[in-house]
Amino acid sequence: MASEKKEFPAPSTVAIAEGTEAAQAAYPFYMQFEDEDDRRFWFYNSMHFPEPMTAFDMVTAEGAYCALGASNTRVHSLPTTLGIDYRVINGRVYIGGNAVTDPDEIARRSVEFEKRAFYYYENWERLYDQWKDKMRTLISDAEALPALDLPDFEPLENVHAGKGVASNHYLLDTYHKTLEGYFRMWHHHFEFLLLGYGAYMVFFDFCKQAFPEITDQTIARMVAGFEAEIFRPDDEVKRLSRCAVDLGIDGKFMDGVSADDLIASLEQSGTAGAEWLAELEKSRNPWFNVNVGDGFYHYHRSWNDDLSLPFSAIPGYIAKIKSGEDISRPIDELKAEREKLIDGYRDLLGSDEERAAYDQMIELACRVFPYVEGHKFYCEHWYTNLFFNKIREYGALFVEQGLIDDAEDVFHLNRYEVEQAIIIVMTSWSTGSPPRGQKHFRPLISERKAAIDVWAQMDASPALGPVPDIIDDPAIVMLWGITRENLDTWLNGDEGSDSELRGFAASNGIAEGTARVIKSVQEIDRLNEGDILVCQVTNPTWAPIFQKISAAVSDIGGSMSHAAIVAREYGLPAVVGTGKATAKIRDGQRIRVDGARGLVTLLD
Amino acid sequence: MTNISWFQDIGLNDRPTVGGKGGSLGELTSAGIDVPPGFVVRTDAFEKFIVALDADEPIRTPVEALDPDNLDEVGRVTAAIRERIENAAMVSDVEADIRSAYATLCKGDPVAVRSSATTEDAEDASFAGLQDTYLWVIGADDVVAMVRRCWASLYSVESVCYRRKQGLHEAGVAMGVVVQQMINADAAGVMFTRSPTTGDRSVITIEGAWGLGSAVVSGEVTPDRWVIGKLTDEITVRDISDKHIKQVPKAGSGIEDQAVDEAERQSPCLSDEDLIHLKEIAQRTEKHYGRPQDIEWAIADGNIYLLQSRPETVWSQKDESPVAAPQSNPLKHVMNVFGGRKND
Repeated sequence: MASEKKEFPAPSTVAIAEGTEAAQAAYPFYMQFEDEDDRRFWFYNSMHFPEPMTAFDMVTAEGAYCALGASNTRVHSLPTTLGIDYRVINGRVYIGGNAVTDPDEIARRSVEFEKRAFYYYENWERLYDQWKDKMRTLISDAEALPALDLPDFEPLENVHAGKGVASNHYLLDTYHKTLEGYFRMWHHHFEFLLLGYGAYMVFFDFCKQAFPEITDQTIARMVAGFEAEIFRPDDEVKRLSRCAVDLGIDGKFMDGVSADDLIASLEQSGTAGAEWLAELEKSRNPWFNVNVGDGFYHYHRSWNDDLSLPFSAIPGYIAKIKSGEDISRPIDELKAEREKLIDGYRDLLGSDEERAAYDQMIELACRVFPYVEGHKFYCEHWYTNLFFNKIREYGALFVEQGLIDDAEDVFHLNRYEVEQAIIIVMTSWSTGSPPRGQKHFRPLISERKAAIDVWAQMDASPALGPVPDIIDDPAIVMLWGITRENLDTWLNGDEGSDSELRGFAASNGIAEGTARVIKSVQEIDRLNEGDILVCQVTNPTWAPIFQKISAAVSDIGGSMSHAAIVAREYGLPAVVGTGKATAKIRDGQRIRVDGARGLVTLLD
Repeated sequence: MTNISWFQDIGLNDRPTVGGKGGSLGELTSAGIDVPPGFVVRTDAFEKFIVALDADEPIRTPVEALDPDNLDEVGRVTAAIRERIENAAMVSDVEADIRSAYATLCKGDPVAVRSSATTEDAEDASFAGLQDTYLWVIGADDVVAMVRRCWASLYSVESVCYRRKQGLHEAGVAMGVVVQQMINADAAGVMFTRSPTTGDRSVITIEGAWGLGSAVVSGEVTPDRWVIGKLTDEITVRDISDKHIKQVPKAGSGIEDQAVDEAERQSPCLSDEDLIHLKEIAQRTEKHYGRPQDIEWAIADGNIYLLQSRPETVWSQKDESPVAAPQSNPLKHVMNVFGGRKND
């Protein structure tokens, strides 16, 4: 189809937006494109990093790619691929794979792979249980990191104990431990991930060949687990709603009442109020440690940090409970439906030989899938939230020390600059002189904030550099869904009409309604019953508002994304990964969402 | 020898004496699927008729001697035979039986008269459409005339050439004729229990347009098209086309094209409820036969009828190698993903 060989722009030809050169230079040199990079193919990782990155948040890319590559290259020895390189330009993260193509090297790596990956598959349940223990330890270690405290005098007990190391040292120590924990978490994140996706892909590919018209969603439903952690936060909101009804305090929960006002009023509501607040605490730890985004940005705050999202869902659930509706997830029904699908597709296969292969593949896929679904709660949500909140504490300290104006501004410094600021504060505490750099960070921060705004308005090329003949890197195909076909689509531009948007068919059904373009979680109050949610990325923490809406459309995500999983659970039509729904759809516009075809039509 | 059999009394095993279409309609009827009622003029009746004609002046021997590549000769010989069939006197007991069965079936209501050849709809060849079908036939006189015309169609150039190329013996060639109450369909079409485009066994493909199904079968209208998951009931494809005409009964008898209202043209000819209902019937039919089917359907006043079901032939004849074979170590399957994709 590529009659004329088209190419994406070479990295060296991509101009840094005017006036943002200094902000671009704030990213460490090893993340910047160099001339040699022109020879390689890069694509914009819009799935994980849909927005321009602040200087600090690039630590997520660093940690993730350090660990992903280690797992592929050295730990499990994936035969055909090594790790993933990353670069950042105009705030956008581009990544490139490292395929192994030499047959001898593939053979050498395959031998190692079988010794390593097969061991993981064989011992999956035991290793995954062990993984959860490791993650819980990692999380409690992070929670146990000390508060950032600079007392006027070193506490006397430290002196009498002969501790010999003063408090200012622990600012640096805690920072290093915070970073160390984050990098470590990413290793845990990738310990099983590629193997899990791979086993799923094997089954997926088989189904697509045996049943060419099967939908991605149907395959996903055949392996879906129903006890996955990602469903728990929403389940807890339902539990709290039922609790409020049982305690007779449901009248307190009304649309438009802020979380703070509500809690204050419950505190005045005697034992019933106290009892409910005690239940809330149980839910919060750990289940409200979910971020309202995908956990890759510092501003994806958790439910615990901002209760408005879970609280906004309670009045709707209460209304349903009072009208006699059963709002619990029908797990037995879902399981029965899954079994029906698995058996039904098996029966449709052409031979006993195929059925035997199918059974082998689905058995493995179902065994590994709980990890694929479950890891995000521990990694991207719970741990990431702890991590960014610890950095926020440093931000507050820097405000106190007069280095910056707002604790959130710390995220506009790169991680080395944060360390500089820490050294400054430590030094000032030790010397008794005012901290240096009072004038150093503020201009940098305002320059970088302005750059983020500029970059956010720019279109990022979906890819850079020469187009590879084939995409044979299982990591890239699995995690990003990048295939030669969609590169051709990107190269040939958007051929869709102005009134249509295409994305992944995430959840079946058709709905027509008023679009609410929700750019941040603070805006979710604007959603009315029956509206269609249009957002950049949804994730399981948005689940509670799925009871209200009639369909969902997102810029980012694939048919295995959590938005898709939740939409299927709620039986809502959803189209994800449209690329530009939030830019093309006007708030209040009437749209039609066809979840089976992955099509969004703008009706006026 | 009986001349007539009712649908409920026959099945696929009767194909040698009622033809493929008649056997199939009988089979569907006995399977409890809604089929418009009807009867078959059995091959025995044809045999009586043709034997009488053959005695006058041979038919079968000269046909069997034809060279299928000599189209001029085939055309000349078959035209003469067809003319004889259409004009010769009908065997009297056959005519009486047809008239009586027609009276029992319906009192002057429209029927479809369809040829039901014993070679047609054989499992090894999609041989549909080579014989004639007459729609919206009204009155016993016309029914008898159309039966005769169906018989004559066995001697069309196409049919004869097909038989000659296949080397079939003329003595074994016979034809039944189906006389079936006709449904004044609001919409009609075809459906496939195995995807005609991909061979997928897990979906039902439904095609339909306004009016009688003949418009879809003949290709005069681009039908609406839907794909529905057998196990999921999900309608994953909805291609609604511009259905500019529909075929409807003509005043008197026969059918005619009619322009479709502007508003209706672009509207789906089936509701989701109808689609799911059709899908269920398709699955029931497939299950009854134990193999994929190509089905003709019609819907009138919300009632769905099947007009035909025959085995799917295109994909079934492909030599299908299994998508994957079991591995002694099931983990080896992951090498399909991790070991490098084979471009075979």
